[in-house]
Formats: sequence, C-alpha cells, structure tokens
Amino acid sequence: MKEITCIVCPRGCRMQAAEENGVITVVGNSCKRGYDFAVSELTDPKRTVCSTVRTAFPDVPVLPVRVSGEIPKARIFDVMRQIGAVCVKVRLGRGDTVIENVLDLGVDVIATSDILIENGKAGGNI
Amino acid sequence: MTNDRYDVIVIGGGPAGLAAAVSAHDNDARVLLIEREARLGGILKQCIHDGFGLLRFGEKLSGPEYAERYIDMFRARDIPALTLTFVTKIVKTEQGFEVHAVNRQGISVHYAHALVLATGCRERTAKQVFIHGTRPSGVFTAGTAQHFVNLLGEMPAKKCVILGSGDIGLIMARRLTLEGARVLGVYEAKPTPSGLTRNLQQCLYDYDIPLHLSHTVTRVFGVDRLEGVEISEVDENMKPIPGTQTRLDCDALILSVGLIPENELAESLGVEIDPKTKGPYCDGQCMTGVPGVFSCGNALHVNDLVDYVSENAAAAGKAAALYTPAPQKYVPLHADGSFLYIVPQRLDLNRDNTKVAVYFRSGGDFNKTRLSVTADGREVFAKKYAFLRPPEMEKLELDFGAFGLTEESDIRFALQLQAEKEREA
Repeated sequence: MKEITCIVCPRGCRMQAAEENGVITVVGNSCKRGYDFAVSELTDPKRTVCSTVRTAFPDVPVLPVRVSGEIPKARIFDVMRQIGAVCVKVRLGRGDTVIENVLDLGVDVIATSDILIENGKAGGNI
Repeated sequence: MTNDRYDVIVIGGGPAGLAAAVSAHDNDARVLLIEREARLGGILKQCIHDGFGLLRFGEKLSGPEYAERYIDMFRARDIPALTLTFVTKIVKTEQGFEVHAVNRQGISVHYAHALVLATGCRERTAKQVFIHGTRPSGVFTAGTAQHFVNLLGEMPAKKCVILGSGDIGLIMARRLTLEGARVLGVYEAKPTPSGLTRNLQQCLYDYDIPLHLSHTVTRVFGVDRLEGVEISEVDENMKPIPGTQTRLDCDALILSVGLIPENELAESLGVEIDPKTKGPYCDGQCMTGVPGVFSCGNALHVNDLVDYVSENAAAAGKAAALYTPAPQKYVPLHADGSFLYIVPQRLDLNRDNTKVAVYFRSGGDFNKTRLSVTADGREVFAKKYAFLRPPEMEKLELDFGAFGLTEESDIRFALQLQAEKEREA
C-alpha cells in the first residue's frame, strides 16, 4: 500500500493506493481525478514543469514558461536542461510555443506571459 | 496638480484590485485604480508556478497567466489606471475621500465616493523572527528570492537552507532545485507544516528535500556573505533546546515565516484591525468599520488561493459601487476558540440579509469535525469536514436572510470534534 497526497487540486486529499494482481484500489480520494492521479502515481507518475527562459531583451531578462501538458516525472530535469538552453530573441506572447514537442514527449514548452509584447509596445521602458 | 472624481478608487493593482475594479465597473461605477509598481498583476507576476485558477477558470494556470486574464478583463473595460503611483495620504471628507498620490508627473489628488483597499500583504522578515548573528548578505525572504530568480533571472543561492514551511518557501525549494541549487532542508519551528499538503508533496518530497519540524535557525554566520547557519531543535513552546545546535554550511538562508496584511493606509483612516487576521474587521460586504472603506484580498486576510482573492475582491468592488451612506445595524459573528479566525467578523443587517461568503481557518489539525452555526441557540447551519488544517482555508456560503436575525441576535460558530460528540451521546 502506498500513501499518496493528491496534487490535482488544493484540497490535497490523502489517499492510500494498493495494487493487487494488476488491480489498483484507491481509498481517501474525494473525486475521480484523485483516483486517476493515484493510479498514475503507481504506474507512470507525471508532473508539470514551470520555469523561465532567457531572452535577448535587457528590459525582460527572463520569460516565464511551462509545459503545455504533463510529462513523466523522471524527465523533469531533462526538460529543464532543454529550457535552460533557450534564449528567446523575438517578442513572444502568452501561449506562444518556445520549444515544440520537447524531447518528443508530445508537449510543447509555452510562454505564460505577455510581458515581452507589453514592454515592446512601451518601447522597452518598463 | 490634477483633480478628478470617481465613484470608486481601488488602491492596489494585484489580483484583488483588478477583480474589485472590474466588478465595480460592471456595477456602473466610475473607477480609478492606483498601483505603485510599473506593471499590474501584483505578486502573481513572479509566481511562475502553476496551480492557479482551478476554481475560478477550471484550468491549472501559472501566476502570470492568471493575472493577465484579469488584466485583459480590466483593459477591455477601459478602466483608468495610474501605475508607478504611490498613495501618500487619504483624507475622509463629508462627500467621501481625497486620495493624495505621487508619481513621475508630480503630486495629484483624486476624489472618491468609496474606496477599495486591495493592498495585499508583505512577508515577515529576519528581523521579525529574531535570528542572532552578523548581517551578511544571503538572507532573503522567499518572495525576494522568487523575484531574483523569476523576474531578474539571477540565482541568489548555490546551497541554501529554508526557514519556515510556508507555501512560498516550499515553492522556492522546488524552484531553486530545478535551477541547480542544493536545498539542504526546510526547517519549521512549529510541530506541523504551514504550507498546503499538496505543496509538501510536489515541492519537497518529489525532490527529496527533507522537512525538519520543530527545528529553527538560531544563528547566522558570515561577514560579507552568509557562510552557514546554526539549527536548533525547539520545545513545545518553540523555544530552542540548549545543546541541540548543529551548524550547516550554506550561502543563503531563505525565510518563509509568514505573511502580514498591509494596512497602513487603512489604519491611517482609523480602520480597526482584527488581531487574529491582522486585516480590518469587516461585514459581509467587505466594508470596514469606516463607512465607505472596503477591504479585500490579502489585505483583509491572507488567503492560500488567488481564486478566493478574486471572488472576495469582486464582492468588495460591487459593494463599493453600490455603496450609499446608511446607518449600520451590526451583529457580531462569534467564533469559538477552535477557529483561528473567521471573516467577516460581523454582519450589517441593513445589507447582509442575503448570501454571504464566510471564510475560516481552524485553530489546529482536526479530523472528522462538525461545524455548527447557531442563532440565538438554534442551529441554522451545519457541515461535516473529514479534516481541517490551519493552512487550508475553508469557505462557506450562508444565507443570513433566512435566519430571521435581529440586532440582538447571538450568532455563534463552533467546531465539534465528531468523536467527542458521539461520546457525549
């Protein structure tokens, strides 16, 4: 049996999950998403990664980014290395792709702020 | 010197101020928002992690994304905003309020019928937790470290210790680890963690960062730069136990030791502050003890979810837009000792005869608890909780209009541990 704290929502349900003969039972969850999370934790744990990428613009030295969907927990630092290698040279906006299909994981790294565009409009003075 | 008149002036352009301004505008008020920083969005600008907006938008957004959604709503309404503008003084007049402000254009005065104070909160600092030793660089609040990493792109630490298990400290433990720093551990003086359970999981345990409860930092070493900290175990009164000291070498100490609502402006107006929330006493419309002055978001009480801040601020903005001077008919909401606090602390029967959102935190970790609300000894509401923890704020919606309240009503909130109740029966 494994103790799992659900990270899907702020409730943070404390669950117990057990696997027997390929069947996973979960107790302590309050909803279906909790059950799914517990199953995923036992079989293929996934997480999201949020970070920043460097930019070529002195007014905005870093741009916040995140992955567009979950990635395997074991690949977090691999994805961080890809994010660390990027330098944004155009004024991207919120939702724009920074790295397409990062490491073939089926998700993109996307910008999560319009700050480069906003500052571009203001002449880079903010 | 410029002068202008508004129905509502909102002070603060973070998530609370933005939601309050949008809501006041949508309730037909002429609104001005004043923000001291260059950009709207408040602290969310640097909260690049995700988890925001699950309640409000049904999506897991990062802080900038959540803030910018509100900035978009704010701009779509063409609400005027003064940024890089600092409010220096507010004067209450017979007609309303005079808001004195200063910015690069000089000094200006703006007039409002009602005010919404959305001034947020600030972090408790090293000075406030009495750490002894020299004053080397390398001691940061978690928010300052977050500002360095997420906005300036600078690493404030290679090897660090985090004092306090507040959410921002946990978030920074993960963030610094992702960026290549070594986080030696999170030390918490209390016997229970301060942050959300899910943050303990996804920020500490996921990265094998140890959490040491009932431990604190008692000394810092280093002259120009921090070279190490002394850790001591503490007793049940959070007093360091002599002889338990150990030294850890590190180049940064990051403090996540609590947030305090920022209410200097409120206090200058004579607004009475609740020692439990450290925010103003307010009624169900978020109006403080000074008629026409409304408070919301983290200035009212420190929230753990921005979704609740937006919701509470929208209620305050609407109430400010609809505000007409009228006598108050206050009835207090009494919470028993098992609560850390409840907000609002009172109702104004002239206005709160409808659905009111009540926010509360329990005073300790309670399993299987029944919350009971009584009016004049008669139970008017009850709800069961599987568990309550002080770091996790709870929200209720109560229709006080249905309870037949008068100014003499005695309204009490109580938490009953289920096990005890069964024993009594």
